[in-house]
Amino acid sequence: MDTAAVLRGSGVSPGAGYGPVHLLVGSIPEPAPGSRYQGEAAAERKRAADALERVADDLEARGAKAGGAAQDVLGAQAMMARDPGLEVGVAERIDEGVAAPRAVFEAFGKYRDLLAAAGGYLAERVADLDDIRDRTIALLTGLPMPGVPDSAAEPYVLVAKDLAPADTALLNRDLVAAFVTEDGGPTSHTAILARAMGVPAVVGCAGATSIGQGTWALVDGASGSVRLSPPRADVDALLGAAAAREAALSASTGPGTTSDGHAVPLLANIGGPKDLESALAHGAEGVGLFRTEFLFLDRADAPSEEEQEAAYRAVFDAFPGGRVVVRTLDAGADKPLAFLPPSGEEPNPALGERGLRMFRKYPEMMESQLGALARAAAGTAALPYVMAPMVATVEEASWFVSACHDAGLDTAGIMIEIPSAALRAHQLATVVDFFSIGTNDLTQYALAADRQVSGVADLQDPWHPAVLDLIALAADGAAGAGKSCGVCGEAGADPVLACVLVGLGVTSLSMGSPALPWVRAALGRHTLEQCRTAAVAARGALSASTAKDAARAELPGLADLGL
Amino acid sequence: MAERKITVESEVGLHARPAATFVQTATKASIDVTVAKLGGSGAPVNAKSILSVLSLDVRRGDTIVINAEGEGADELLDQLAAIASAT
Repeated sequence: MDTAAVLRGSGVSPGAGYGPVHLLVGSIPEPAPGSRYQGEAAAERKRAADALERVADDLEARGAKAGGAAQDVLGAQAMMARDPGLEVGVAERIDEGVAAPRAVFEAFGKYRDLLAAAGGYLAERVADLDDIRDRTIALLTGLPMPGVPDSAAEPYVLVAKDLAPADTALLNRDLVAAFVTEDGGPTSHTAILARAMGVPAVVGCAGATSIGQGTWALVDGASGSVRLSPPRADVDALLGAAAAREAALSASTGPGTTSDGHAVPLLANIGGPKDLESALAHGAEGVGLFRTEFLFLDRADAPSEEEQEAAYRAVFDAFPGGRVVVRTLDAGADKPLAFLPPSGEEPNPALGERGLRMFRKYPEMMESQLGALARAAAGTAALPYVMAPMVATVEEASWFVSACHDAGLDTAGIMIEIPSAALRAHQLATVVDFFSIGTNDLTQYALAADRQVSGVADLQDPWHPAVLDLIALAADGAAGAGKSCGVCGEAGADPVLACVLVGLGVTSLSMGSPALPWVRAALGRHTLEQCRTAAVAARGALSASTAKDAARAELPGLADLGL
Repeated sequence: MAERKITVESEVGLHARPAATFVQTATKASIDVTVAKLGGSGAPVNAKSILSVLSLDVRRGDTIVINAEGEGADELLDQLAAIASAT
C-alpha cells in the first residue's frame, strides 16, 4: 500500500489521534505442512529454542508486572514454554528437516490433543498453550504478536479487522491514540468502546488491515479519514483543531438545552457505581440508563438483596435531585446467567427469552430486584425511575408496572426497543409512567439485522429513516399521554443525531459519559425549531446516509464543533 | 533406583499450582525423575515437563509412582511426595 495514502471509513468517536499503527492479529496462520528450512539443523534448533525462551521471559516479565493471581497464571505459561518435552519434540522435527515454525506447531499439537482429550480444567489450558504457540510462531515468522501491547514507547493507533471484547479488556487508555477497524458500524463493539473511553475511532475503513505495522497514521474520528505518513503540518493542524474543539466543549457546561431554552436533560449510561466519577466529571444531570447486569454476570449464584441494595444506593446518592433510571436485569441467551438457565438452545438469541421475558419465567428474581431497589430508593434524594427491557405488549407493560408500584416504586416505565412497542406507543403510554428508547435494539429489530453479525453491520444504522419513524411514533405516543420519552441507545451519543432526536420529540438523552459535552455543545448551538426542521429533513430521506446529510444541512452550528 | 507411591490428596489433583510446584522442584534437581499414574496408560513421563505431568490428568485420589536414580534421589523423591500428597 502507498504509504502516503488516505483511507476513509465512518468516524464514530470524534477527536484526533496520531501514532504508529499496531495491527492486531486475530490469529496466527498455521505454518504450511511440509515447510522446510535451509541451512544447518543446529542453527534452526537454536532459532526455535531462542524464540521459546523469549516468549517465556516475556510471560514472566508480564506476570511480575501484574502480580497476584495473574503472576501465577503467566508463570505457569512460562513453564510450558520452557517445557523440556516440548523442546525435544521441536528439535526432533527440525532434525527431520521441518522448518522451525512448523516444528513448533506440530510439537505443541501433541500436548494440545492430550489436554483437550482430558476435558475440564485441562481442556481450558489449551487456550494458554495456543497463545504460547502463536507467540512463538509470530517471533519465528516476523508476524506481529497476537493481542494488544501492554506497553509502548508512544501511544499507538490500534488497527484490526474488528475488535472483540476479549481484545480490548486489557487495553490501557493512555497507550491508545485511536482505533481503526476494517469492519464494523456505528453500533459495533469498537464504536461503543471508543466512545466510552473517549478514544477517536474510525470503523468500516476499507484497506485498514493492509496498513504496514508501525506506519504513522493520523486519525480523524469525526470525518472518518485515516491519513498515512502525513506531513507534520497536517498533523499539527488536525491536532490543533481537535484541541480547539476540546476547548469549545469544555466551555459548554450546565444543563442540556437548545439555544432557545428548550430543556433536554442530558444523562449518563452507566454499568455501576464505578462509572459515576466519569458521569459527574462530564456534567451528567442524572442517569438515563443504569445497566444492572454487572451485578449478576460472571457469577454462579444470584447476588443477595443487600448487595444489590448497596450498589443501587451508591448510584442514587450520587445524583441528589437528579433522575436515576434503573433498567432491571437484561439477561438472556446472549448474556446467560448461571443461575437463570434458559429453556433450551435458542437459534436466535436476540428473539428469545431475554429481558422482561426472563422475569416472566423467574418472577422471584424480579421481586428480589424490585425489593432491593425499593429499599435503596427509600429516603434517597434522587428521583428513582425503574424500567424493563424487551417489552413487546401492553399486557407485559402493565404486569411490570403493577409489580413496581406494588413494591413501592412509583415511577415505572419501559424500554421501547421492539417495533411492536413503538407502533403501539399511544396505548402503552397510558399504562406506563415513561418511555426510554433503546435505539440499538430498535434498529436491530426494525431492520432485521443481528447486532452480532458483522455482515449486516451496514443495516445497523439508527439514521435509517424507518428507525426515525419508529422513534417519532414513540415520542408522539408519550407526548399524547403527557409522559416523557428519553433515548438511551448509542444514537443519543451522536451529536448530530441527538439534535434530530430532540426534533422528533425526545425529551431526554442518555449516553456514554464522554459524549455528553459534544451533545451539550451541539444542542446549545441550535433552536428547537432547527432541530425539528432537521428531523423532518432526515425522515424525508431515502437512506441512512442521505438522512444524515439532510439533517446536517439544517444544523449550521455543527461546523463550529468540526462535526 | 528409588521409588515412591503416593495418593494425591489435593482437591485440584496434580494440576494448577500443585503441578507447577511439583515440576519446579523436579527441574531444580540434576538427576532424571519420572512420574506415572497407576491405572493410567502406565508409561512414566519426565517429571520436569509440565505439559507431560498435566497430560497424565492426575486427580484427587489417584495414585502416582515417582522414580529417580542417582545422587540425592531419595531426598528429591521425599520432597516430591510431600508436594503430591499435600492437601
